[in-house]
Amino acid sequence: MPTLESLPHVLPEVALAVTAAALFVLEALWQPRGRARRVGFPLLALGGLLAALLFLVASPSSAEPRFFGGLLTQDPFSTFVRGVAIVATALAVGLALGSPSLPSNRRVEYHGLLVLLALGMCLLSSAGHLLMIYVAIEIVSLTSYLLAGFDDRGGRSAEAGLKYVLFGGVASGVMLFGFSLLFGLFGDLSLSGLGQALAHSTTLSTGAGRWATLLALVFVLAGLGFKIAAVPFHMWCPDVYEGAPTPFTALLSVGPKAAGFAVLLRFGTGLWPELATDAAAATSALPWLLLLGVMSTVTMTVGNLAAIWQDNLKRLLAYSSIAHAGYMLMGVVAGGREGPGAVAVYLAVYLIMNIGAFAVVSAVDRSAHSEDIGVYHGLGRRAPLLALAMAVFLLSLTGLPPTAGFVGKLYLFASLIHHGGFWYVLLAVVGVLNSVVSLYFYARVLRAMFLESAAGEPAPVSLANSAAALAVVLAVPTLALGIFWQPLAAIANFSGSLF
Amino acid sequence: MDAVVLTGGRLLTLLVFMPSVAGALCALSRSSRAAAVWALLGSGVPLILGAAAVCGFDASAAGFQWVERVDWIPSLGISYHMGVDGVSWPLVLLTLLLTFLSLVYSIGRIQNATRLYYASFLWLETGLMGVFCALDMILFFVFWEWVLIPMYFIIGYWGGARRIYAALKFFLYTMLGSAFMLVALLVTAHLYHQATGAWSFDWADWVAIRDTIDPNLQLWLFSAFAFSFAIKVPAWPFHTWLPDAHTEAPTAGSVILAGVLLKMGAYGFLRFGLPLFPEGAVQAAPVMVGLGLAGILLGAAASYVQTDLKKLVAYSSVSHMGFVVLGIFSFTLEGAAGATIQMVNHGLSTGALFLMVGIIYERTHKRGVTDFGGLAKTMPLYATVSVILVLSSVGLPGLNGFVGEFLVIAGAMKARPLYAFVSALGVILAAVYLLSMVRKVFWGEANANLHGLSDLTWRETAVFLPLLLFIVVIGVYPAPFLEVSEGALKAILEGVAP
Repeated sequence: MPTLESLPHVLPEVALAVTAAALFVLEALWQPRGRARRVGFPLLALGGLLAALLFLVASPSSAEPRFFGGLLTQDPFSTFVRGVAIVATALAVGLALGSPSLPSNRRVEYHGLLVLLALGMCLLSSAGHLLMIYVAIEIVSLTSYLLAGFDDRGGRSAEAGLKYVLFGGVASGVMLFGFSLLFGLFGDLSLSGLGQALAHSTTLSTGAGRWATLLALVFVLAGLGFKIAAVPFHMWCPDVYEGAPTPFTALLSVGPKAAGFAVLLRFGTGLWPELATDAAAATSALPWLLLLGVMSTVTMTVGNLAAIWQDNLKRLLAYSSIAHAGYMLMGVVAGGREGPGAVAVYLAVYLIMNIGAFAVVSAVDRSAHSEDIGVYHGLGRRAPLLALAMAVFLLSLTGLPPTAGFVGKLYLFASLIHHGGFWYVLLAVVGVLNSVVSLYFYARVLRAMFLESAAGEPAPVSLANSAAALAVVLAVPTLALGIFWQPLAAIANFSGSLF
Repeated sequence: MDAVVLTGGRLLTLLVFMPSVAGALCALSRSSRAAAVWALLGSGVPLILGAAAVCGFDASAAGFQWVERVDWIPSLGISYHMGVDGVSWPLVLLTLLLTFLSLVYSIGRIQNATRLYYASFLWLETGLMGVFCALDMILFFVFWEWVLIPMYFIIGYWGGARRIYAALKFFLYTMLGSAFMLVALLVTAHLYHQATGAWSFDWADWVAIRDTIDPNLQLWLFSAFAFSFAIKVPAWPFHTWLPDAHTEAPTAGSVILAGVLLKMGAYGFLRFGLPLFPEGAVQAAPVMVGLGLAGILLGAAASYVQTDLKKLVAYSSVSHMGFVVLGIFSFTLEGAAGATIQMVNHGLSTGALFLMVGIIYERTHKRGVTDFGGLAKTMPLYATVSVILVLSSVGLPGLNGFVGEFLVIAGAMKARPLYAFVSALGVILAAVYLLSMVRKVFWGEANANLHGLSDLTWRETAVFLPLLLFIVVIGVYPAPFLEVSEGALKAILEGVAP
C-alpha cells in the first residue's frame, strides 16, 4: 500500500511520536515546577499512550496487510503485541510515580524516552522489512541504553547503561552483518521478497550457499536473541536489570521482549510462509527451527539454574525472565496457528505477572532501600497484602494453577504437542521440567516472605505508593485469568495468524 | 429431606467450595475465636450435608451421580464437570470427616497465625474434594496442584524443626510428578483431537477413544500418569518425601497428609490410570505390583528400626499404601475392592495414630519409642484407644484393617499366589513393628518423669469416637461399604481384567 493511504493504519505510532515530541519540547520551553512537573508530565505521557491504545483498537481493518511499500506488516499478532507494548509502557509510567530511583529533575526526559521506546516497540512488532527491523531495534535500543543508566544514586545504573550499550552495539552490528549476507544471497530486503527468493533460489542447492545462509541466520538470531535475552546473548541481562531503575526494569523485561518475539515470529514466517500455516511442511526451515529449539532448551535451562543462586531479587527476576524467553521460544518453534497464539497468550500473562513482581520489588525498595532477599523476611507479617500479591505472581511465574501463568504454559506446551513429533514433545518435557526447577527459587522468595521472620526491627513497608497499588491491582487479573481464562483463549484465537 | 434436592442439584459444588469461602472468612476474621467458629462451620456444615446425602447415593446405579456440568473454556472443550461414583464418594466422605476432626482437634492448640492455620486447612479441603469430584482433566489437574499450596504452608509454617526443608521437598517432589502428568494429559488431548477432530478434556470422552491409542503409546502415557500418582501414594522408591513431610508437619497436617493426600495417588490410578490407558496399565502391572510389594516389605522394615514414633507411623503408611497398589494392580474385583476399603481404613487408623502421637508429644515434648513406658497405667484411656488403633492397623480380624488386607491378599492370590505370599509377610511384619512399639510405650516400667500426665480430655475423646466407630463397624459388617464401590470398580476393571 502506498504511503498516503497507509497513514490511517499507523495512527497509534503517530500519537506516540507526537506525545514524545511534546514532552521534550514542553520540558525545554516551559520548565514547570512542583505539581505540574510531578503529575502533569506523567499524565501527559499516559494520555498519549491511551490515545495510541484507542487508535490501535479502532484501527481500520485492511485487506492488504503491507504498508509503506512493505516496510510495515500489520496482522492480528502485531496489533496484539503493539497493545502489549503500550500497556507495559503505561504501567512503567505508573510505577515511576514517586520512585526514588529516578532523579526528580529528569523526570520529564524519563517519560519522553519511555514514549519513544513504546514507539520503537510498536514499529518493531510490525516491521516487515529488514531495514525497518534494524531501525526499530535501534530506536528501542538507544532509548533503553539511556533509560538503563538513569538512576544517579551510585554507579550501578551507569555501569548497567554502559554494559548495555556495549553488548547492544555488538549484537546489532552482528545482526546487520547477517542482514547484508541475506541481501547478498537473495537480493531482497523485504521479508516477503526474501521468502519468495528463498523458495525459488538456487543458492540453497550448493553446499556453500547453504552454509552462508545458515551463518546469516545465526547472525540475525544474535541480534534478535539479544532483544529477547535468550542464551547465549543474555549476559547483559542480570547486570542491566539490577542497575536500571526498577520501573524501567519492569518494562524492559516485558516490552522489548514482546516486540522481539513479534519480529522473531515474523522473520520466520516471512522467510518460510509455510511456518504460519502448516509448520510440518516447511522442510527448508528446519535449520531455523533447530536453532530456535536448541536456543529455547538452553535458554530456559540456563536461566532457571542460574536463578537458583541469586540473592538479589532483581537479578533473580532477570534470570527468571531469561527462562521465560526460553518458554516462549517453544511457541515460536511450534509454529502454525497455535504457536503464535500461545506466544501471544503467554505475553499477555507475562506482562501482568512480571510487571506485578517488579512492582512489588519497587514497593519494597522504597521502604527498605534494598532488593536483597533478606529484606523480604517476614514480609507476610509486615505487609500481608503486598506479600500475598507477590505470592500470586511467583506462583504464576512458576506456572501453578489456578493462576494465569498456568494457562500461559498450558498453551505453550499444547502448541508443541499439537504439532506432534518426538522432538517437539521432548522440548515440551524439557519445558515442564524447567518449571519444576523454577519452583525451587520462586519458593525461596515465598519462604523468605512467609516462613522466616525478619531479623531485628525492619523498616515498615508502606503501601501508600503507586508501586504497591499497582502490585495489588495486577494480582487480581493474575488470579482471575487463571480461573476464567476465556479472554486468554480469545487472544490465542485472535493473534494466531501472521501474514 | 434429600440433601441433593435441598442444594438445588449443586451438592458437590457446595461441598467443595463451602470450605474455601469459610477459609476466606477465617483469614479475615478479627479474633482467633471467631476464626475457630468459621473453621468449625466451614468444615462441619459440609460434613453434615455429606452425611445427609449418604442415603441419597444410589450404590446400584452405574456411572456418576450428582453430576454438574458447565462450560468453562468451550473453545478447548474444557468444562466444569463434577460427579462422584462408588470409588470417589467414600473418599469424599473421608475427607469431610478427617478435615472436620483435625480442625476440632487443633482448636486452642495453635498459637501462631491461628486464623491462617484454620484457613489453610479449609482451602486444602477444597483442593482435596475437588480432586475426588473432578471429571474434567484440566479441572482435575487444577485441583491436584491446588492442594500443594496450602499444604506447603501448613508444613512450612506450623511444622517442626526441619519444616522448611520438608515443605520444599514435598512441594518439589509432587510438582515433578505432575509435570509429567501435564505432558501426558496434553498428548492425550492431542490424540483425542486426532481421533475426533474436536477438542475435549472430558474424562468420559477420553475413555471412549482409549482403544484408538496405540498400546506402546499407552504405556508411555500411563507411565507419565503413574509417576505422578506413585509419588503421591507414595510407592517405593518415590516415597522419600513422605517421612520428612509427615514428621515435620503439625499433627493435624500429618493426619490430612496420611489420611487424605496419599489417597489422591491411589485414586488417580483407579480413576485415570486404569480406565484411560488400560493396555498401558496391563503392560506396567508387573512393575507396579513389584513396587507395591517392595513398599509393603521395605516400609515395614523401615518402620521397625525407627526410634521416633511419628516416623514409625509415617513409614507404616508406605507399607499400608503398598497394599493399595498391590490390590489395584491385581486387576481383580477382590483386590480393587480391598484397595478401595484399605484407602478408607488407612485414612481412619493412620490418621488417628498421628493424632495419638501428637497428643503425647504435646504433653511430654517427646516422641521417641523408648522415651515412654508404662503409659497404660498413667493414661489408661489413651492406651486403650491407641491399642485399638494399632490392632486395626495390624489387621486384627473384627477391625477394619483386616477387611482391606484380606481382600487385597485374596485378589493377589487370584492374580498370582506368589504376590499373596509376599504381601502376607508384610502383615506379619506389621504385627512385629507395631506390637513391639506398643510393648515399649504402654507396658513395662513406667518412666519416672511421666507421672501426673493427664489422660485424654473429653474433646480429644470426642475426636476419636467417630474414628473408632467406623473402625469397628467396617470391621464387623463391611458389606455396605463394599457394595458402594462394587459397581464402579467393575466398570474400572472392564478394560484391564484378564
